[in-house]
Amino acid sequence: MKATILVRPKEGILDPQGEAVESSLRKLGFTVGPVRVGRVIDLELRGETSPEARAEVERMCAELLANPLIESYEIRLEEA
Amino acid sequence: MNQRPLVAVVVFPGSNDDHDAAWALGALGAEPVLLWHGESELPDGTGAVLLPGGFSYGDYLRCGAIASVAPAMDAVRRFAADGGPVLGICNGFQILCEARLLPGVLRPNHQLEFVCRDVAVRVENAGTLFTSRCLEGQELILPVKHGEGAWFADEGTFVGLGARGQIVLRYAEDVNGSLGHVAGVVNERGNVMGLMPHPEHAVDPLLGSADGGLLLAGLVDAAARHVLVAA
Repeated sequence: MKATILVRPKEGILDPQGEAVESSLRKLGFTVGPVRVGRVIDLELRGETSPEARAEVERMCAELLANPLIESYEIRLEEA
Repeated sequence: MNQRPLVAVVVFPGSNDDHDAAWALGALGAEPVLLWHGESELPDGTGAVLLPGGFSYGDYLRCGAIASVAPAMDAVRRFAADGGPVLGICNGFQILCEARLLPGVLRPNHQLEFVCRDVAVRVENAGTLFTSRCLEGQELILPVKHGEGAWFADEGTFVGLGARGQIVLRYAEDVNGSLGHVAGVVNERGNVMGLMPHPEHAVDPLLGSADGGLLLAGLVDAAARHVLVAA
């Protein structure tokens, strides 16, 4: 199975990278609202999607992939 | 018997201030030992640990995140749990925050620029192991050189830290967008500290300032005491 983890700056957390991207997009003539920049992590796991597999990816997020002080994450699982 | 307390300087792939830190500690009376991050034990008789500056693992994922789970960090965790003094400088501070040994996290500078200059830093608490040679309110001139030095914590944590004297150093001006101008914090027990400025680059007037020597000498004093207590 495959897991995709979307890591985003938490709501209310200042995102200077997003602000810089927003300002560059405006310079290019695009009309955009707030821009937030996050991270995508794709990984492969043995076995099929299951609540246990989800729990394992949750642990990966808590222990390393995201910092809960400043980031939120969303896990998507799919069969390979 | 060796009178110089042993201070382990942990070297991660991408550390680049390890040798400066070791040199400064040696000049201040310690016996520095460089310890590769893959080691799972600290050398016998370690009196203190220093996590140096640099760009461990190329700052992949988040600054300090990957280094925070290195084998040597398990040893550092045990050492800290036994009351051993631990100081993290710059990337070392980021690693201690990611390891949850210190509160908060270091985020990209609000101006999105790397800052590299001398700054004035005020000693807010002279009662810690690390600031024992400083005076309350004293201004230290120390160099900073970082792109991700804006310390952040949630409101409740920030207020609690201030009330308990855990905010040890503050910038005299806004350097990087750090919450409350925080430049250095200590854990509740008082034996683990992190700071973004570089005391190891300010230990001789020839380097522009010798103020960093006050902080590192405090670490060396604490190392000597810890060796005695542990023996």
